Amino acid sequence: MADEINYAELKKGGFMKQKQKGFGSLRLKVIGGNLTAENIKVISEVAEKYGRGYVHMTSRQGVEIPFINVEQLAEVKEALAKGGVQTGVCGPRVRTVTACQGSEICPSGCIDTYTLAKELDERYFGRELPHKFKFGVTGCQNNCLKAEENDVGIKGGLSLEYKDDLCFSCGVCIKACRTGALSLVDGKVILDSSKCNNCGRCVKSCPANAWIGTPGYIVSFGGTFGNFIYQGEELVPIIEDKETLFRVTDAAIEYFEENAKPGERFRKTIERLGADGLKEKVRKAYEGGEE
Amino acid sequence: MAENEILFDEEIDITDVVCPVTFVKAKVALEELDDGQVIAVRMNDGEPVQNVPRSIKEEGHQILKLADNEDGTYTLYVRKVEEA
Repeated sequence: MADEINYAELKKGGFMKQKQKGFGSLRLKVIGGNLTAENIKVISEVAEKYGRGYVHMTSRQGVEIPFINVEQLAEVKEALAKGGVQTGVCGPRVRTVTACQGSEICPSGCIDTYTLAKELDERYFGRELPHKFKFGVTGCQNNCLKAEENDVGIKGGLSLEYKDDLCFSCGVCIKACRTGALSLVDGKVILDSSKCNNCGRCVKSCPANAWIGTPGYIVSFGGTFGNFIYQGEELVPIIEDKETLFRVTDAAIEYFEENAKPGERFRKTIERLGADGLKEKVRKAYEGGEE
Repeated sequence: MAENEILFDEEIDITDVVCPVTFVKAKVALEELDDGQVIAVRMNDGEPVQNVPRSIKEEGHQILKLADNEDGTYTLYVRKVEEA
């Protein structure tokens, strides 16, 4: 091993130098927290053969295999690939897209988070940027996936329509609502939209299907949860179609690419320049117009 | 709306338990009913009344009414729907 090891390059491929000389922890690619049984099997075999027989679960649904010898990295990657497992990324680029189980699995879910996570991954994963950039997708206001701690967070919600001819005024939705947005007036339910957070609990609880919910994406920008903590902010109303959603996420990532200094997180760029520029760009994307 | 009294076959009080036993207790009581019978479930304001009606709906039963007892409790009237 006479040659210098380029650890920056290795980091790009998910290999992080350990304290123990010559060893690294290898980050694997996971989308939305799902791994197949086949994936798990090969990860287990690799951890046993090349690591120390265990894996580390990261805070963002990733899996790492510690104690990989840098000399064996190529071999390890090849072994993992046979079980359909790729390596993840570290450093200044788009990271693992996290997701809860979403509407396909969870009774509370308003959107299909896993499909969206795969789409976001395909669109952005590994893209080189001034600093790390994280996407997280959560299915509803319960926020199990902590949308607002991501650079771009996406949360499922429902836009509401009330069918008063179906409503029999049972009162269940009024109590199911956690924001006090509903009240019963003359036997009909009145919605105060200014209080509604699109959680969809009225839709889910209504025994008469008098609330019709249209799924949508609530997007937050500029969240971070490391050395510095900031809750991402919503800059546009709930989005009902993916075309608009991707226009908006494209706009956010482009803004970051164009304006951030090297090594500067999205939040810091927004703070340095003020939020107006980003707001305008994202708003334009939301409205659908080309710039 | 007219205050129509709802006739019921059974009643159960779940104000003495907390989540998730609230729902479990209601579910067990429902299991003992015959198809089409109505049960009055008395529950506390707050978390039980926010969640129990929805859980019962998800079980496939028919919710008839949620009445405010004005003593910090509510009564949910449910008609049992036997699984097809």
